[in-house]
Amino acid sequence: MSAAPATAISISCASCHDCGLLAQLPAASHEEARCPRCGAELHERKPRSLERTLALVIAAIVCYVPANLLPVMTVTSLGKAQSDTIFSGVVYMLEHGMWPLAIVLFTASIFVPIMKLGILSFLLISVHRRSSWQPVQRTRMYRLTEMIGRWSMVDIYVVTILVALVRLGNLATIEAGTGAVFFGAVVVITMLAAESFDPRIIWDRIDVRST
Amino acid sequence: MHARRPVTAIRLVACIDCDLLQHLGEVAEGSTANCGRCGSVLRKRPRNSLEHTLALALSAAILFIVANSFPFLSFEMKGRVTQTNVMTGIIDLYNGGKWQIAALVLLTIELAPVAQLSLLLYVLAPLRIGRIPWKLPSAFRMLRHAQSWSMIEVFMIGILVAITKLMGMATIVPGLAIWAFGLLMLVLAGAMSSFDPESVWERVEVLR
Repeated sequence: MSAAPATAISISCASCHDCGLLAQLPAASHEEARCPRCGAELHERKPRSLERTLALVIAAIVCYVPANLLPVMTVTSLGKAQSDTIFSGVVYMLEHGMWPLAIVLFTASIFVPIMKLGILSFLLISVHRRSSWQPVQRTRMYRLTEMIGRWSMVDIYVVTILVALVRLGNLATIEAGTGAVFFGAVVVITMLAAESFDPRIIWDRIDVRST
Repeated sequence: MHARRPVTAIRLVACIDCDLLQHLGEVAEGSTANCGRCGSVLRKRPRNSLEHTLALALSAAILFIVANSFPFLSFEMKGRVTQTNVMTGIIDLYNGGKWQIAALVLLTIELAPVAQLSLLLYVLAPLRIGRIPWKLPSAFRMLRHAQSWSMIEVFMIGILVAITKLMGMATIVPGLAIWAFGLLMLVLAGAMSSFDPESVWERVEVLR
């Protein structure tokens, strides 16, 4: 590879985020640029990418605490109520030998959100420190977070189905807990955070160094 | 109109993940071109993209209607039976005071998939008969958003987890809709993997 890789930004072009067309940006930077093919607004980089991602990651971490401390659902059976948090739900299933289910829920509800927040924080810090460490791996990590985020929704759907099915008055009812609301917020906010992050910034910092 | 040609004619593209400029040669049907620096997909060109996607989107639309018209699970405990489909689940959550979750499920399992399928049909059906759909760029933009919030496949896993959880507690009878959901998940995944926005734009250029 040559010493100074030619990037779209270096020849004042940008890929349209909607249709992928490479288009020339106008000379005056304050002018609004539009894609000649689909009319979408053109940006060299996602606007305010790092600030937005940081704000959303912080918001997600804040919601993550009540999401794990408050119950996601309450089972009332013959007058006895039992509340489960995400974690106690997984433990309950392990104790009752339902380990495949425990693995699915552990992955979707505990591992994936923590990994997403971990990767996004790591990317933000590495970009802030202008790190040149393994840009290919970091770009892959970003693509992974973008891809797996939606799978955390499993628990929300399980609660929805259980609430709808188990409503037998005194015999047995299941109600959704406030923890589930916060957990849903974590999933939505981390998805938005991943979308706000612009992986090209990882490369910008390296390209500037090598030139 | 001719002002549009130069950029596409030289086929210079920039990687969306690392911004590297590269020349993109002809990508053969059924193959993928990756970025030489970060490995991200520059262009994936499935076989007969427009026709395949249109066929699969049409099947998915029919399956979606079936999946929503019948209960997907019945729950039987001490002689009492309850049934649920997606809408009753959403309404129960809403009545239970958890409107935020109800809204999230409504968005990801009903609204986004409906938007995703109708926009796909809206874009592809006219192109099939040689017409450019009205407001195509806006439809495309909405499609991109609908796609990222449509979570039928995750819901299917949710159904399976819920069944396993309740199995020890009561009798669970899968309904017709559960099969429709399973098929919908596969057909929708097929439609999205055969969908290629670039093929759509190429067809549009030809029609202009």
